[in-house]
Amino acid sequence: MKGPVYDARIRYTFLLVLTLAFLFLSILAPLFMPNDPNHASLSDAKQAPSAVYPWGTDWLGRCVLSRVLAGAPVSIFSALVIVGLTLMVGSAVGIACGYWGGKVDSILMRIVDIFLAFPGMVLALAVAGMLGKGLNNAVLALVATGWPTYARLMRGQVLTLKEENFVHAAKLNGQTTVSILFLHILPNALRPVVVTASLSIGGTILSLAGLSFLGLGPQPPLAEWGSMLADGRGLMQQHPWIVLYPGLAILMTSILFNLLGDSVRDVLDPHDSRNLFQKVKRKRIP
Amino acid sequence: MNRRIWQEPILRYIARRLGSLVVVLLGVTFLTYGLMYLSPSDPVEMLLQAQGIPVSENVVLALKEKAGLDRPFLVQYASWLGNFCRGDMGQSLIDGQPAAEALQAALPKTLLLTLTSVLVTIVLSVPLGILTAVRQNRFSDYFIRLLSFLGHSMPSFFVSLLLLYVFALKLRWLPVLASDTARGLILPTLALAIPMTGKYIRQVRAAILEQLGQSYVDGAISRGIKPGAVLVRDVLRNALMTLITLMSLSVGSLLGGTAAVEMIFVWRGMGFLVMDAIRMRDYPMIQAFVVWMALIYVLINFLVDLSYHLLDPRVRQSLEVN
Repeated sequence: MKGPVYDARIRYTFLLVLTLAFLFLSILAPLFMPNDPNHASLSDAKQAPSAVYPWGTDWLGRCVLSRVLAGAPVSIFSALVIVGLTLMVGSAVGIACGYWGGKVDSILMRIVDIFLAFPGMVLALAVAGMLGKGLNNAVLALVATGWPTYARLMRGQVLTLKEENFVHAAKLNGQTTVSILFLHILPNALRPVVVTASLSIGGTILSLAGLSFLGLGPQPPLAEWGSMLADGRGLMQQHPWIVLYPGLAILMTSILFNLLGDSVRDVLDPHDSRNLFQKVKRKRIP
Repeated sequence: MNRRIWQEPILRYIARRLGSLVVVLLGVTFLTYGLMYLSPSDPVEMLLQAQGIPVSENVVLALKEKAGLDRPFLVQYASWLGNFCRGDMGQSLIDGQPAAEALQAALPKTLLLTLTSVLVTIVLSVPLGILTAVRQNRFSDYFIRLLSFLGHSMPSFFVSLLLLYVFALKLRWLPVLASDTARGLILPTLALAIPMTGKYIRQVRAAILEQLGQSYVDGAISRGIKPGAVLVRDVLRNALMTLITLMSLSVGSLLGGTAAVEMIFVWRGMGFLVMDAIRMRDYPMIQAFVVWMALIYVLINFLVDLSYHLLDPRVRQSLEVN
């Protein structure tokens, strides 16, 4: 019973519970805030961590802990929304390409190629920069950057699946295209897409924080971790807590989601990690 | 076999790829130009506001006519594209400087930063990746993987701030602002290389492990060839394609990905320039930046694909058959 797969499942369950607890807590975060995150009082500005302000205050005298907590839902749920939208748009295009093929396929795949020709964050910078600052445009920018990957992945899956016997059987039974797609193809094609999506959550959190660090994300007074870092960096020398805590919040969140992503992959996509090279070496060294 | 030179498979392949590149780049320019039209704010009004001229309808209309912005979208796009291909990428709305000049001045700085960070990434991640693969599930494997996981989870702007705090502000070993000297380049390079190294150690490890699981490794070792020799002569050579792919991916992620680091260290490269342009809504500059970046990226990918043909006989052969 016990073995690598069993271990992976335990780890996955543990991380899933941890992540869900974390998400739940981040919804409730506003209840734990010791102070009003947007209350500025210049007499309390740039205070070191104390009992009243556990993580200190920023240049306007706002409580850093309260602002980090207030920023949690924005940073985390926006990233989840981005990954969800990317997955849906990409999968829809991929299914259309793979299932219908022909002209639909070649036109859509050309569009995918065009989107893939923008390196890294360039498209996101262009979209967020041209459409203007704000959380909605930042989300749109990252969805525009991410969907082609899913489209390609899904297309490949559907191309192999549609030649399977169970799909032919469903067709011969007279099932509608919609039911073939949703009952037979989609459930079988979803696995690698879900793995990719869960691996990308951590990176998406970082990308969103990056856009917001550049001033393209949520606008003040809304608290967001990336923009807290950007605004506080000038004060870092004397008042490092203004930058340190939001930075650690980003780091911890992305570590948690990266761990979850890795373990989702281990569970859904188990691979043989046997390493013969090492076995030989072990024999040589008694 | 008396084949003419243009019938060589590799040349036909290059021609086909270049053809599709042109189509992709046309799409890229169309999308980039079209984005301006989705923007809620009018560039002419932005320009007037930036110059402090009161916005009146007559002035706006006259300027639009002068700039050709009153013509239909496709006509505008075609004339913009025509100018672009001749090297005229429009002028900055803010100071009237030609976009091409501004970008040309900034490009070498970004390329230098990209080059140094990719080099540092390779120098760190390839040996460490190999080490973790060979010593799988031992202490050094776990330790390096832990560090690489941490690096992978850190955004480059947070790494920049940490490095700045420790090495520039507290220890005062290195300058806060990046200057053109080698010393000024160290911190921005590390800030970009550390997260990438974290990411690529894992991928190098996976690539090497995959090779180590192949039966040719078992065969060589059972014939008595030393594991170290197998590693260097065969495994590394077979993993070369993956390494090249990783390298091109990292260059791709740095084009545009350097923006935050350039801002922090005031390194006046492309990222710094485009962030300025975005803040000022300087559309011609943003458009020129995006198209240039896409062009560079597409060309790099093309060269990488070509290198597969030169390095891997299997890829070459599949071409001959077709």
